[in-house]
Amino acid sequence: MIESYIPIFIMIVGAMGFAVVMGKMNEFVGPKRPSEEKLSTYESGMEPVRSARERFSVKFYMVAMLFIVFDIEVVFLYPWAVSYKLLGTPGFITMFVFIAVLLVGYFYVWRKGALEWD
Amino acid sequence: MDTTFVLLSIAKIAVVWGGVLTGAAILVLAERRISAWIQNRLGPNRVGPFGLLQSAADVVKLLFKEDIVPTAANRFVHDFAPMISITVALTTFAVIPFGDTIEAFGQNVKLIVADVNIGMLYILALTGIGVYGITLAGWSSNNKYSLLGGLRSSAQLISYELSMGLSIIGVIMISGTLRLDEVVMHQTAPLAHSMQKLPSWLQWLIPVAGWLPSWNVFFQPIGFITFVVASFAETNRLPFDLPEAEPELVGGYHTEYTGMKFGLFFLSEYANMITSSALITTLFLGGWHLPFAESWGLSPFALSLVKIGTFFVKVTILVVFYIIVRWTLPRFRYDQLMRLGWKVMLPLSIANILATGLLLLWWS
Repeated sequence: MIESYIPIFIMIVGAMGFAVVMGKMNEFVGPKRPSEEKLSTYESGMEPVRSARERFSVKFYMVAMLFIVFDIEVVFLYPWAVSYKLLGTPGFITMFVFIAVLLVGYFYVWRKGALEWD
Repeated sequence: MDTTFVLLSIAKIAVVWGGVLTGAAILVLAERRISAWIQNRLGPNRVGPFGLLQSAADVVKLLFKEDIVPTAANRFVHDFAPMISITVALTTFAVIPFGDTIEAFGQNVKLIVADVNIGMLYILALTGIGVYGITLAGWSSNNKYSLLGGLRSSAQLISYELSMGLSIIGVIMISGTLRLDEVVMHQTAPLAHSMQKLPSWLQWLIPVAGWLPSWNVFFQPIGFITFVVASFAETNRLPFDLPEAEPELVGGYHTEYTGMKFGLFFLSEYANMITSSALITTLFLGGWHLPFAESWGLSPFALSLVKIGTFFVKVTILVVFYIIVRWTLPRFRYDQLMRLGWKVMLPLSIANILATGLLLLWWS
């Protein structure tokens, strides 16, 4: 079975080669005339004000945490979905309970306002 | 492992990359011409007949540009991020069947690069890696616009990845496999086969709709809609192009990129468009299946070519749909985008799974 992954391996190596050649090409064939202004951070033509390495909104972290919770749910659903026709009614009830537990958490998060963005 | 297998794989990879890269080049031109047509302009029409060589000219121009890396940027990550994006964009197509089988070199060759049994999971895994390209590009540029673009983009991509993963589950429940070629095979029977079980008050539908192929779009209309919306968001296309919203973020995550490194982001966006159109075709629109093509009495070789052509036409229609949507709809606001993702798409796709489960129980 592992043999069927050989094409993927070839493809990934080829794509990486393409990426490195194309990404590095400008360094070799392009002109090199750096100046201090050219290499400064872009800010609509003004002197850059403060750095980009600052704190940002906590909402992005919230989204990342919720994503992990629900993405694990998705991963659990895949093997269940593949064998759903074999599992029949017991399979449906089991997964219904699992999704119900998650939905309780989902509505808790909703009521707490973690899904609000403004 | 024999040499023929490796050579055949390389040939198939060459076909796929030739198709995707040429397709992306033509798509850039098509996008510019269609947008010009929608806005009552002419668009690029000078380079070659009908401007067909415009993309080639653009690539040559991008290759000979100066590579500017801002002094504040993290040089290694800045170089690495576009490479992640393009590697992911070029390898996702590996598990999508672009035709049935074809007679070549005395063998019956399956027209799919890697015939693995976890096809769907492979695509989801690569979509997950693709997020890194954009996030790292935004972070490493050390520019406020880039950082905001990268952050918005990663939040958007992971939010819509959930609904994308969940809307595929309905399809997998119906076909009982993660192999995309088997998903297509499962859609080739006429709809009348599965309509036998309909209750008597719906039996009149069999002569009306029984001739249709049993494409998953007829069984999973909600899954189809959520999947199409999620793939628009995953490819950063309007109305979901917040990561590079020009009026507020300049170029978003690729503000600080020049030359071919910018070109790689651009190329991977268009390659991703082709791949996700191919994925929509495979999962919901019957892949290479053309109804009644078997009854035309073609030779097996011609039939394989017809199937490849069918796949190509379906993908082209979807890609043109992408372009027309981009130039028709306005952009979302970010809070609307997140609300749609978490409060509409997610409950809708979970409800779709439960409804599919109930219907399948009742059906069997």
